[in-house]
Amino acid sequence: MSRRKLRSKILAHAALVPFLVFALFPFYHMTLTSLKTDRELYDRAAVPLLIHQGVTFEHYAKLLWDTSFLTWTKNSLLVTVLSTAISLVIGTIAAYALARLKFFAVGSFGTGIFVTYLVPTSLLFLPLAQVVNWLGLGDSKWALVVTYPTFLVPFCTWLLMGYFRTVPKEVEECAMVDGATRIQALLRIVLPIAVPGLVCAALFAFTLSWNEFIYALTFTSSSEEITASVGVTTELIRGDSYFWGSLMGGAVLGSVPIVVLYVFFLDYYVSGLTAGALK
Amino acid sequence: MAVGNVGVVAATRPPLRVRVRELLDRERVLGPLFIAPALILIVLLVAYPFCVALYFSVSNAFIGRPSHFVGLKNFINLWGSDAFRQTFQNAFVFTGTAVACKLVSGISLALLLNQQLWFKRLTRGAVLLPWVIPTALSTLGWWWMFNSLYSVVNWTGIALGLMEPPGPNWLGQKYYAMTAVVVVNVWRGLPFFAITILAGLVSIPRELYEAAEADGAGPVTRFWYITLPLLKPVLAVVVLFSTIFTFSDFNIVYVLTHGGPVNSTHLFATLSRQVGLESGRIGEGAAISLYLFPVLVLVVYAQLKFVRKQTY
Repeated sequence: MSRRKLRSKILAHAALVPFLVFALFPFYHMTLTSLKTDRELYDRAAVPLLIHQGVTFEHYAKLLWDTSFLTWTKNSLLVTVLSTAISLVIGTIAAYALARLKFFAVGSFGTGIFVTYLVPTSLLFLPLAQVVNWLGLGDSKWALVVTYPTFLVPFCTWLLMGYFRTVPKEVEECAMVDGATRIQALLRIVLPIAVPGLVCAALFAFTLSWNEFIYALTFTSSSEEITASVGVTTELIRGDSYFWGSLMGGAVLGSVPIVVLYVFFLDYYVSGLTAGALK
Repeated sequence: MAVGNVGVVAATRPPLRVRVRELLDRERVLGPLFIAPALILIVLLVAYPFCVALYFSVSNAFIGRPSHFVGLKNFINLWGSDAFRQTFQNAFVFTGTAVACKLVSGISLALLLNQQLWFKRLTRGAVLLPWVIPTALSTLGWWWMFNSLYSVVNWTGIALGLMEPPGPNWLGQKYYAMTAVVVVNVWRGLPFFAITILAGLVSIPRELYEAAEADGAGPVTRFWYITLPLLKPVLAVVVLFSTIFTFSDFNIVYVLTHGGPVNSTHLFATLSRQVGLESGRIGEGAAISLYLFPVLVLVVYAQLKFVRKQTY
């Protein structure tokens, strides 16, 4: 490597540092806060960037045993797993139909899905709260299982349409010439080829519904029904004095499932992010 | 006789299982069948609520009370409210500033990530992290970082000599609060810009740069005459996407400031929740959230018209 190249390489790394600090510092600070003793946390003379007076797990213990954090996490998991599974099935068959089959007004359905994909949740939460009440699902986590597919299905459909289009038609036609029905061809030929797309759609659906906030905040309110995001941001900050240690602990623990998935499937996240926007 | 007839018909027609199988092999049958669940979902839980929102917005609906038609009164009355006028202004200031910041730093970050890096995968992973973590929870972290007594931002600023002690009260002062909200939005949205633009950068053929370099074009010229024009479609998609989702943002403002101080950071979504749910004036709340609609229409129109045509 020439010296000039090495120098520009080092410069690029140096220029990246501020971006990385900006991206990661909040997580570092949250984790740090959750592990500090109260005495150090509220000592205004202490340096806030490090832990000097020892690590403590009392904030986490308090969070797990004195609050309903575990119930909220269980709710989050239930809602997320169910709405992801439902949306994946509905999205897969819709995407297959839109990408492969010719039928009445197929083009306008595709456009309709795309438009729905762009509708922000904050536009519809007020009337949807009424619809949820009429369905008898007011203040119930089932309201979330029913409503999350409204933004997950368009996303999954859009993403999977792109993947299905990359599967060569001939592969499927071959199977059908050999006597397979279209549904058999879909299940045994197309879906196995599209597994990366399905994994990607599942990951994003999981992430989007785990992270959803406005519907969960609006449709559920009692401690037994709310999700982790809502529980941490509402129940832990009632009253005048906040317990910053436990609050940050809740924010950290509530992100753990996503971080775990993220670490294992980083490449899928990167490809899904660009596919979702560009295809 | 009649019984015999039925027997004949049944014998000449294939059994039900086969007929269903054949029917399902027709694209005209299977297509609509496969679309149906998604369509039903969208009609019942997107289109119908949208109509309910339209109805609410022209009624004096109040939680737990029968409502009456009031025409466009809600939309017009809103202009008499300071909170709404402030919100309207905030929405444009917030979206304009945040999207511009994300675009400029997104292009810069993408250019850096496109260099030969030592820890390529790790760096990308770190850059994308703010985008995958639940926004409501990470915003809590920022809330703590902007705390009036223990702000680590101020501590660092003072330690580096950039701020006068005690430093700004980020969430308690008008312009600082808006700055804080924009910063968090940029923090959360930057990965989307950077990673998507990076995908666009990677797809630009190397030969173009090599040819330009052979002709003596410097890095700035190459960026201006090759990179930027070829990135245009990607930039358009990213900006359009981000505009609608920034304009309709709820989570960051709700957690960080609740719209305060004195409505200076309210956006349509947070104000509509406050008016529609917390004060119970659903009609007015629905009217506020419908102000998001024109922007949505513009973005959808632009996406369909320009962008999809170019990328297909």
